Amino acid sequence: MVPPHASSDTIARSGYATDALAAEDIDAYLASHREKGLLRFITCGSVDDGKSTLIGRLLYDSRMIFEDQLAALESDSRRHGTQGTDLDFALLVDGLSAEREQGITIDVAYRFFSTEKRKFIVADTPGHEQYTRNMVTGASTADAAVILVDARKGVLTQTRRHSYVAHLLGIRNIVLAVNKMDLVGYDQAIFDVICRDYAGFADRIGIAAFTAIPISGFRGDNIASAPSPQTPWYSGPSLITHLEQVDIGTSILQDKSFRMPVQWVNRPDLDFRGFAGRIAAGTVRPGDEVRIVPSGRTTRIARIAAFGGDLQAAVAGQSVTLVLADDVDCSRGDVIASAGDPPESADQFDASIVWLSDEALMPGRGYWLKLGTQTITASVQQPKYSINVNTLDRLAATTFELNEIGVAEVQCDRVLTFAPYEENRTLGGFILIDKLTNATVGAGMINFALRRAQNVHWQALDIDRETRALAKGQKPQVLWFTGLSGSGKSTIANLVEKKLHAAGKHTFLLDGDNIRHGLNRDLGFTDADRIENIRRVGEVTRLMTDAGLIVLTAFISPFRAERELVRAMLPEGEFCEIFVDTPLEEAERRDAKGLYAKARSGKLKNFTGIDSPYERPENAEMVIDTMNTTPDEAAAAIAARILGVWVPQL
Amino acid sequence: MSLRLNHLDRLEAESMHIMREVVAECSNPVMLYSVGKDSAVMLHLARKAFYPAPPPFPLLHVDTTWKFREMYALRDRIAKDAGMDLLIWQNEEARQRGINPFDHGPMHTDMWKTQGLKQALDHYGFDAAFGGARRDEEKARAKERVFSFRTTRHGWDPKNQRPELWNLYNTRLAKGESIRVFPLSNWTELDIWQYIMAEGIEIVPLYLAAPRPVVERDGMLVMVDDERFPLAPGEEPEMRSVRFRTLGCYPLTGAVESEAATLRDVVQEMLLTTTSERQGRAIDRDDDGAGMEKKKQEGYF
Repeated sequence: MVPPHASSDTIARSGYATDALAAEDIDAYLASHREKGLLRFITCGSVDDGKSTLIGRLLYDSRMIFEDQLAALESDSRRHGTQGTDLDFALLVDGLSAEREQGITIDVAYRFFSTEKRKFIVADTPGHEQYTRNMVTGASTADAAVILVDARKGVLTQTRRHSYVAHLLGIRNIVLAVNKMDLVGYDQAIFDVICRDYAGFADRIGIAAFTAIPISGFRGDNIASAPSPQTPWYSGPSLITHLEQVDIGTSILQDKSFRMPVQWVNRPDLDFRGFAGRIAAGTVRPGDEVRIVPSGRTTRIARIAAFGGDLQAAVAGQSVTLVLADDVDCSRGDVIASAGDPPESADQFDASIVWLSDEALMPGRGYWLKLGTQTITASVQQPKYSINVNTLDRLAATTFELNEIGVAEVQCDRVLTFAPYEENRTLGGFILIDKLTNATVGAGMINFALRRAQNVHWQALDIDRETRALAKGQKPQVLWFTGLSGSGKSTIANLVEKKLHAAGKHTFLLDGDNIRHGLNRDLGFTDADRIENIRRVGEVTRLMTDAGLIVLTAFISPFRAERELVRAMLPEGEFCEIFVDTPLEEAERRDAKGLYAKARSGKLKNFTGIDSPYERPENAEMVIDTMNTTPDEAAAAIAARILGVWVPQL
Repeated sequence: MSLRLNHLDRLEAESMHIMREVVAECSNPVMLYSVGKDSAVMLHLARKAFYPAPPPFPLLHVDTTWKFREMYALRDRIAKDAGMDLLIWQNEEARQRGINPFDHGPMHTDMWKTQGLKQALDHYGFDAAFGGARRDEEKARAKERVFSFRTTRHGWDPKNQRPELWNLYNTRLAKGESIRVFPLSNWTELDIWQYIMAEGIEIVPLYLAAPRPVVERDGMLVMVDDERFPLAPGEEPEMRSVRFRTLGCYPLTGAVESEAATLRDVVQEMLLTTTSERQGRAIDRDDDGAGMEKKKQEGYF
C-alpha cells in the first residue's frame, strides 16, 4: 500500500511478502502465521542515532501503520517534525505528550510488528545515561539487542554503555546497526572502521559475537532486504532477515533440568489439588520424578491438567497446572524440580545490582526481595564496587544511587531457591521493593551463592521457643521504645521493667549503654551505621524472645524502615512499638545529657532532630504523650497492657 | 525432544502467568468485562489459567446503558457459562441527569464510563482490576505497564511508573491504592483474531458483516440499534452490510461497510485494511491526539 499523500520516493513502503499472500490465499496465510515464532528485542541508541526513525520504519514497512495514523503523522510532522516536509517516523513512536514536547523518549515503549516468519515485540528504550533503568527494564525480557550507532559519529560512550547493559542482562544476540549510512555516502571504509572499533570493545566485556549491518532507517537501506543498491559491498543479511533467523535458545532451555516455581495452589474442591506455575526450564511429562524445593520431598507428576484435555508434555515458557502423585506439602514460593537435579538453595549471594530509585540504597536495610514466586526480606551489604558504565572501571562505593550498577552481597532472612542468572533468568533475577513506599527500587542478578551460607544449615532444635516460653509461664515479646534523645525512653522502660519483674516476669532491658559499649562498639552515627545498629539490636531481641524473655529496648531508632524490619523478624503480635512522644523543643529544653547544646553548636554531627531526621511511627501499638503523662503513669499503663493482655486469666 | 511454541502459545502463557500472579498476591481482584472481543479472549484465558476451578474473581460490567442490544444478550449468558459472578454497575447520577451520547458529547463517556468505573471499584473495594487493553491500540498504552499502579483517586502518573523487569510484578499497595492489570498488553489485533479462530471463542455477532440499519453522521456510519436514536428530520436508516471492528456505546461506534461474514473473511479484510481499529471511535480524537493519555490520568481504563 502506498500512502495517498506520499510525496517522495524516500518513504516508499518496502512491504513484506505477507501482504500478497493474505490477499490471494488467506487460509495459507493463516496456517503460516499460526506457526510463527516470537522474538523480543530491544533497540538502544540515543535521540540522535535515529532509533525512533528506525522503529517507525519497521512498523511502516510491516503495515502496522494505517492511513488514519499516517494522516495524523503528516499533520504532526508539519507541526513537531524535524525532517522538513518529509514524514518524521519518530513522531509515530514518541507517544506521550510530555516527551513530544521535549523531543525525547522517556519511558520504555513496546511496539509490535510481524513478518512472514516471526512476530516481533520491540522494547523501545531511551538512550541517555539518566534512563539506564529504563533500558535495563527493556533488556530484561529481550532475546536480542539492536545497538544503533550513527555512522557519522562511530562508537561512542553511550554505545559502550548500551552494550554493557545488554550483555549484563544476559542478551547474547547483539546487532550493531550502523545507521545514517546515507549521510556518509554509503562509504564502506567508514563502516569497517566502526566495526573494528566495536569488536575491540565487545571482546573486553565478553560479547563473543555480534552482527554488524550498515543501514539507513530514514531511506530504508538494508532494513527489509539486502544488499541495498547503495551498499553493493555488503554481503550480509538485512536487519529483518537477521532478526527472523537469530536463534533464541528455546531448545537449549527445554533441554535443561525441569524447574517450575509454584505460583498458586489450585484447590476448587477436595478431589483436586493442582500446582499452577510457568515452567522456568526443562520439559515435564506425567510419570516424571520431581522434588519439591526447599523441603526436599519427592513424588511423581500424575497429570498436567489443562482446559480442553490433559497435556502429555509441557516445556519451558508454558503456564501449566501440575497434579502430583502424593499428597506432599507444596505451596507458593516452592519450586517443583527434576528429582535428580534440583536447584540450589542459599541465603547469601553475590549479585549484580542495578539501582532504580531516586532514594539511594541503604546498605543493611531490609527490603522485600521478589524472585520467581518467592518474596522474602533481604538486605544488601555495602557494595564491593560500582561500575562506571562508560569506562567500565570498578569504583569503590558505599551505596548505589539511581541508575548505578555494581556488585554486592545480599543477605536473606531465609533460604531462597535460585539459579545463577546466567543459567536462568527466572530463577536468577530479582527485584527489591521498599517496604514503606512499596516502590520497586532495585533489580538484581544472582552471580553465585556464598559458600558460608550453603554450609551453615539451620539446626533443628528439640527445645523450641514455645517450650522455653512455657517454662517461664509467659508470652515472649518485645517492648520497643522509640523517640527523640531525651524523650524519656530509658526512664519509662526502666520503670516498666521493675513492674514486670515484680509481677514475676522474666525480662531484659537493652539500651544504648549496654549495646553501644559492647556489641556495637564499632558503629558510629551515620545513617548506614544507625541502620546496622538497629539490625543487630533486632537480631539480639529475636534471640532473647526465642529464649522466652520479655525484652525492652530503648533506642532512638529514628527510621521507620528499621523498626518495621525488626517487627518483621518476630512472630505476629510479639512486637509492641511504644512511641515516647516528646516535642523537640521540650526534649531540647530538658537536655539531661547536654547533647542538644553540643549538636546546636556543631560539635555533634548527625544528631536526631537537629541534622538527622526522626520518622514518627504511624501505627505504634502505644503512644505516650510525655507532656501530659508522668513516667510513672506511662509505665503503669504499659505494664497493665502487657500483663493484662498476655497473662493467662486464672 | 523440543516442542515448538508459536507466538500465540507464548502470549497465552504470559497472560495466564499474569492472572495467576494477581490472584496469588492481591486480596480482592475483579475482571472488567466489556463484552468486546478483547474481553472475550481475556475471559477465555482466565478460564484456562484457573482450570478446573472457575476464575476466582467476579466479572464487572460498567454499563453505560447505551451498548448494543446483542452485547447485553451475550454478556448475561457468557458469565453463566464461566461459572462466575457478574456485577453490573450503572452510574446512578448519570441516569438521574439523563446523560446520553447525543446531547452530552464527551461528558457521556466521562460520567458513565470513567466515573462509573471509579464508583464501582470504590464500592466493592477491589484492589486489582483486569482490563483488556493492548499496547498496540494507542500510543499512550504502548508505554503503560502490565501492572499499572493507580493512586487512591484512580489517577495514572505516566512519569512515576514502577519499573517492570522480567516477569516479576510488584503488586504491593498502600491502603486505598489499586492496580489495573492488562494481561493482553503484548497482543495485537491480529493475534486476538487468530486466537479467537484457533480456540473457537464466542464473540458478539456484530463483528461479522450483516445487513443492519445505519445512518451516516459526520462521515461515520452509525447503527440505529433502538428507538432512543434521535433521527433528524428526513433522516432515514438504510440497510447496509456492515460490521464493527470495536464495540462500545452504539451511537459512538462507527461501522465499516463489509461483506466479511465469517471470521476468516474478517481477518483477511483486517490484513488488507488501511485504517486502524480505533479509527471508528470518537473518543481518541479529542484534545490533539493526547486524548487517551489525558483520560487515563483522570482514571479511565
